[in-house]
Amino acid sequence: MEDQDRILHEVTQREYKYGFYTDIETEIIEKGLNEEVIRTIWEKKNEPDFMLEFRLNAYRKWLKMEMPDWAYLKIPPIDYQAISYYAAPKKNPKYESLDQVDPELLETFNKLGIPLEEQKHLAGVAVDAVIDSVSVKTTFKETLAEKGIIFCSFSEALQEHPDLVRKYIGMAVPVADNYFAALNSAVFSDGSFCYIPKGVRCPMELSTYFRINAANTGQFERTLIVADEDSYVSYLEGCTAPMRDENQLHAAVVEIIALDRAEVKYSTVQNWYPGDKDGKGGIYNFVTKRGVCRGESSKISWTQVETGSAITWKYPSCILLGNNSVGEFYSVALTNHHQQADTGTKMIHLGKNTRSTIVSKGISAGVSDNSYRGLVKVMPGAVNSRNFSQCDSLLLGDKCGAHTFPYIEVGNKSSVVEHEATTSKIGEDQIFYCNQRGISTEDAIAMIVNGYAREVLNKLPMEFAVEAQKLLEISLEGSVG
Amino acid sequence: MSVLIDNTDLTLRLAGHFREAEALLASGSPELMNLPRKKAFQDFIAQGIPTRKSENYKYTNLQPAFAREYHFLHQRPKIDFKPGEIFRCDVPQLDTHLVILLNGWYYEENSPLAGLPDGVFLGSLEEAARKYPELVAQHYGSLAETVADPLVALNTALARDGYFLYVPKNVRIDKPIQVINLLLADSDAYVTQRNLVVAEPGAEVKLILCDHTLNLNNYLNNSVTEILIDENASVDYYTIQNQHNQSASVNSVYIRQMENSHVTTNTISLHGGLIRNNLKVIIDGENSEANVYGMTFLDRKQHVDNFTQIVHAKPHCQSNQLYKNVLDEESSGAFTGQIYVMRDAQKINAYQRNNNLLLTDKALMQTKPQLIIEADDVKCSHGATIGQIDEEALFYLRARGIEEKQARLMLMNAFAYEVIRQVKVEPLRDRINELIEKRLRGEISRCHECAYHCNC
Repeated sequence: MEDQDRILHEVTQREYKYGFYTDIETEIIEKGLNEEVIRTIWEKKNEPDFMLEFRLNAYRKWLKMEMPDWAYLKIPPIDYQAISYYAAPKKNPKYESLDQVDPELLETFNKLGIPLEEQKHLAGVAVDAVIDSVSVKTTFKETLAEKGIIFCSFSEALQEHPDLVRKYIGMAVPVADNYFAALNSAVFSDGSFCYIPKGVRCPMELSTYFRINAANTGQFERTLIVADEDSYVSYLEGCTAPMRDENQLHAAVVEIIALDRAEVKYSTVQNWYPGDKDGKGGIYNFVTKRGVCRGESSKISWTQVETGSAITWKYPSCILLGNNSVGEFYSVALTNHHQQADTGTKMIHLGKNTRSTIVSKGISAGVSDNSYRGLVKVMPGAVNSRNFSQCDSLLLGDKCGAHTFPYIEVGNKSSVVEHEATTSKIGEDQIFYCNQRGISTEDAIAMIVNGYAREVLNKLPMEFAVEAQKLLEISLEGSVG
Repeated sequence: MSVLIDNTDLTLRLAGHFREAEALLASGSPELMNLPRKKAFQDFIAQGIPTRKSENYKYTNLQPAFAREYHFLHQRPKIDFKPGEIFRCDVPQLDTHLVILLNGWYYEENSPLAGLPDGVFLGSLEEAARKYPELVAQHYGSLAETVADPLVALNTALARDGYFLYVPKNVRIDKPIQVINLLLADSDAYVTQRNLVVAEPGAEVKLILCDHTLNLNNYLNNSVTEILIDENASVDYYTIQNQHNQSASVNSVYIRQMENSHVTTNTISLHGGLIRNNLKVIIDGENSEANVYGMTFLDRKQHVDNFTQIVHAKPHCQSNQLYKNVLDEESSGAFTGQIYVMRDAQKINAYQRNNNLLLTDKALMQTKPQLIIEADDVKCSHGATIGQIDEEALFYLRARGIEEKQARLMLMNAFAYEVIRQVKVEPLRDRINELIEKRLRGEISRCHECAYHCNC
């Protein structure tokens, strides 16, 4: 037991390694939210007219909405007027080459291990780096353009491809879908846009890296991915933030549209600052992610590794509209200290012969609460549909909580839906087995947790899998239940 | 918006009724039942009739049931009624201590109960509250919280009678006690029933509840039962629901168990327009066990919602839940099962399973199994499936020369039997099994043994 306590203690003392702050000159607008602020954002970004309408519409709807309280979370009241809704690194927002990028900024991304410098690049990942919700650099743009792939910041897409954006924005996540999505639609400052044309298989992983840097700001970015017929893309997302005592709000929206036979794989390693061990500070992460399988035989796959944020409220979902379409959700969510996570997915089966798979692995330690919340809904018309869900929870310590809230609704006789969930701790017999074979308790736990999460980690692209595995090890090696 | 307005209207209508009936309710009732009325009604008003927006009633809409005009039965019914003529229990060889409740009231003409062990009380709650005020006051309302559920609040506000069962220390009642709830009124009626069961340390009792409607009027039945199980005591609680399709029934059962106690409940819903069964078991003593089972058959536009909560407040306990539904035609079913393991309630084994068979494309099943776990040294799991008969099993039987229809019946019967076999009263189990077989074969499509061959 002593050994266990010591190791647990070590884990709780460990610090967040991305918690530094970079002193970059930043342009921040006044705190507060009103129509004027929205107009300012719109003007600053020089957006087409339809966007103003879109934003104001969202804002007006948002005013009438209430913050959802159904999640198993204790959310302290958020003062939406005490947040600045636009913060951007000063300097020329567009860079022709790396030389023009603020060296401080480059340094930041180097510290984070994000390869902005193309020559030093790993195995071909095109990166769109977003700092304080403004895209600073997109790499490999030209290579992608040769294939007809559009991969750029959202602002740029609004300038250069307004019709495409207009056609697809709000298709998966309508402006008033929920409280945080409406807020995002009103004030989002930037994000990434990606369009894969018909029949193109994207030759490299596309990646967005989000970083909150400025204080007292919220980050509201928006990602829109459109995969045209017979195309394929694998998309990665990572995020970090400095350590601060106050909480910061992050409300993002990700929309994916998959047309006939298209496939989109979206992977996230979420590592926002989770707050210190007493629960002070940390990011409030309220994210709406949804993909629509519009075309027949299309496929959307979500993989997420959630280790950061003080509060996570996130349900990457799939609407399976096309016949024979496939939705997948693989998740590892880890909470420690005072973190709270309420995360899961929604699989809405509308088309015939649609299939979905849900694998969720929750790990709770410290005094944290970790919930899986998911909906599987099979509409009467979605005949011969199939879902399998598995939600496991691992408890490391007697002060934490693990909860499962699945909702299953089936409206026809030919569909099969199965759900299973278990909650347990690492067995003493398992540790003993490893100890007997000369493996230290610490290593044994790392092994067991790794094995526990493997099913999900295997779904991540290679570089990401390595990072995710390290993240899990950092937080968990040695915690004994 | 219209739903909201309706809801307010309905709630206001009930508020008006409560003001009118308050004096009547109070005048005939013992003090301890009158005390909580006012607050209970305020709690009801604060919560309102639940809409599908309230998480606990997400899958059951009570609005249409409440929207009808009902006659409230706040006084003991004066009905010329010979139980033997209009109703008889049709389970052969079932030897029980039998009492009848009519429209929620303990029927005065019940034949005196012979052969009950000394000290056992089985009778009217109203009468018991006068005779043994301390005993009843100690437990009345101790489990059914009016702030947690509007229907419980409404029941507490309007409660007049029900049955009270008291089993003293170390008394074992061998013969099961059978309570028959009959609904028989001249017009559409709202029925409130309030029951209390107290099992002292070491007591042992089996209860069989049968719900029947005796004519075709619309009924809305709201019953609350509190069951207190002390150390080393054991209670089996079987419910067989057999009501016609115009009836709506909300049954809330609250159970609290102390050390080394044992409880088994089995809720079998064969018929009913709308049935909502709330069941909350608080396991408040170590080394206790709770087994909670349910089996539902639905057809036409029936709706059955089983809502269970198992609270593990103390370590070293075990709970099992198994609920199965067979849904035919346009019926809809719902299941919500929650396992809540409180902090420091270590060494808990808690299992839950919900299996459902959908027989048509118009049937709808909604299930919400939940785990809330705050202790780490536990084994908890839940599983839920919605689907059809296993094609491989069907193939196995067909490969052995059994025709498809027969094979399907065999498999459905086996599906149900997993729950039915948990009924420990043999004649009852055999009878239920027989009824289910008939039901699956399509031979009985109405409430069995119902004098009215309605097609409702």
